[in-house]
Amino acid sequence: MGLTKKDFTLLIIVAVLCLFAPFILNPFPEGSAMAQFNAGYPDLMQRLVIFGIFAIGFNILFGLTGYLSFGHAAFLGVGSYAAIWMMKLLTMNVIPAIIVSVAVAGLFSLLVGWISLRRSGIYFSILTLAFAQMSYSLAYSVLTPITGGETGLQPKYTDPRILDGDLPPGETPRANLFGLDMKDSTQITMGDWVFTFNAGYYVAAVVMLVAFYVSIRIFRSPFGMMLRAVKSNQQRLNYTGLNSKPYTLAAFVISGMYAGLAGGLLVAMDTQVGAERMFWTASGEVVLMTILGGAGTLIGPVLGAGFIKYFENIISKINESILHQWFAFMPDGIEDFLVSMVYPFIGKGWHLTLGIVFMLVVIFLPGGLVEGGQRVARLFKRRKPSSDKPDGKTTPAE
Amino acid sequence: MGILEVKNVGKRFGGLQALGDVNLSIAENTVHAIIGPNGAGKSTLLNCLVGKLIPDTGSVMFDGKSVLGRKPYEINQMGISRVFQTPEIFADLSVMENMMIPCFAKRDGAFQMNAIATIPSQRDVIASAEQMLEDMNMADKRHMHAGSLSRGDKRRLEIGMCLSQEPRLLLLDEPTAGMARADTNNTIDLLKQISEERDITIAIIEHDMHVVFSLAERITVLAQGTPLVEDTPDRIKGNPKVREAYLGETQDAA
Repeated sequence: MGLTKKDFTLLIIVAVLCLFAPFILNPFPEGSAMAQFNAGYPDLMQRLVIFGIFAIGFNILFGLTGYLSFGHAAFLGVGSYAAIWMMKLLTMNVIPAIIVSVAVAGLFSLLVGWISLRRSGIYFSILTLAFAQMSYSLAYSVLTPITGGETGLQPKYTDPRILDGDLPPGETPRANLFGLDMKDSTQITMGDWVFTFNAGYYVAAVVMLVAFYVSIRIFRSPFGMMLRAVKSNQQRLNYTGLNSKPYTLAAFVISGMYAGLAGGLLVAMDTQVGAERMFWTASGEVVLMTILGGAGTLIGPVLGAGFIKYFENIISKINESILHQWFAFMPDGIEDFLVSMVYPFIGKGWHLTLGIVFMLVVIFLPGGLVEGGQRVARLFKRRKPSSDKPDGKTTPAE
Repeated sequence: MGILEVKNVGKRFGGLQALGDVNLSIAENTVHAIIGPNGAGKSTLLNCLVGKLIPDTGSVMFDGKSVLGRKPYEINQMGISRVFQTPEIFADLSVMENMMIPCFAKRDGAFQMNAIATIPSQRDVIASAEQMLEDMNMADKRHMHAGSLSRGDKRRLEIGMCLSQEPRLLLLDEPTAGMARADTNNTIDLLKQISEERDITIAIIEHDMHVVFSLAERITVLAQGTPLVEDTPDRIKGNPKVREAYLGETQDAA
């Protein structure tokens, strides 16, 4: 497949994790006190892989070229709108929706990139942010006929949908892949454990694996090397007879297409769109995911996206009464004290927790979770004497 | 007719006339030094040759074609490579990758969407990069991080990167600035060897008279934005005008 052994191993590991995610994310038996830490339900698993795709694409731009875009949620949103219109006009099959969402997001990012890449550094970031906020405002107001404004869009039985037959009145159209309903789930019960296998999740996971594979190929290609050269020394690149503009633009469009793909998949899994997914906080979130996981590394963005989406879901669900359960074994006064200390960080305080984790990672692990993993691995290696030979080789970003 | 013809070039920054009326002709396959005191306009002139600045007046012809108004990468693709005062290399990349990038530029031009091919499959590029590393005596450092090289090795790498594009004109901006004596002498030997072995014209801007007189076949002395005199090294040494304007004080300083 054109991969080195190391990259191939990485791809296989990710594939195995995706395949067994319903087991891995559900380690605690149903009904136990720890069950709230389970993440093996379809909605969350879908989000984990879809935002993984979003972050993988963002990393192609930010991790390789160093251009920090603050407007990538706009491409995700545009992709979502394109997908929902395909579902309204053409068919509820997800394939055309996904293809068109990638294409439309690609065209839109070509326009935004062509303008924004006239500047670099902070000015580039501000330009992309301005574009994203403009898109968000337009979607909310002027473009209401296309975007549904505040209410957003859903497929209805009254839509034309020229490839599908008419639906009986009142029935909700359901997204499918050649008849396979995205919401189809099979549950397997093993003792106290319940594992859910969802069709939509596996579709999204397969798309994520393809996206991940393509990103490895880009990272390891001459094109990827040029993008790293852009980040390292743009002046030298220009004085080496290479035009950095089309390289950065191509990276921008590719990452915009990844964002569109993520947007299309979000619609395929949950057939509704609202403008809020283009809001600047959504753009900021993908930046956090990438940096938290490790910008410029292959697996980092996937880890970052998984980390943020998992803890967002779990921590936001914890409430005060759960805390009281946890600390119930303590004497009353201490219990109340501990609950009041932890309370600001849970539920709606999730962003506070995220902020602290992000600060800690940036200060102590500038390479993100991947660097953390490497440090742990090195710690274990050092225990085994004579096994590591310093060959002076610098490990390229992985 | 030289490979590089500079005619009546002038450049003004606000109230400062950086270049007055520069005429300069660099003959093919020679080593031509441009010297002059600080503020003489040497760097401005160089920037006008590589597309970083556009002169207000005059023309710059390289091999019969005008370079004015072209972007740096276009001028480079015409056959002019530039070595910077502080070595400009890709510090985050390995030495081998540094050497491969100009080889790609030589083979594929200014842009090539080579996103799915793997690097090991680019055998011709790898072969020419490895050859150049051999030529530069850096083959043993190929896996090193370019940013961790010594100053002298960075300079060697940068010169090698420029050479692997097989330029017809190599411009060097104070290539030995801030170098220890040993590194300076190594660089002089390297440049001598390059000019003897390769079909290349070298133009060098330099402060260090030791470097200039070891290398140059022709010398242009620039003072206050205009060429004072152009001659062979021996006659420049003996020229009283030059001694007065420039050489005496710099030799003391050096």
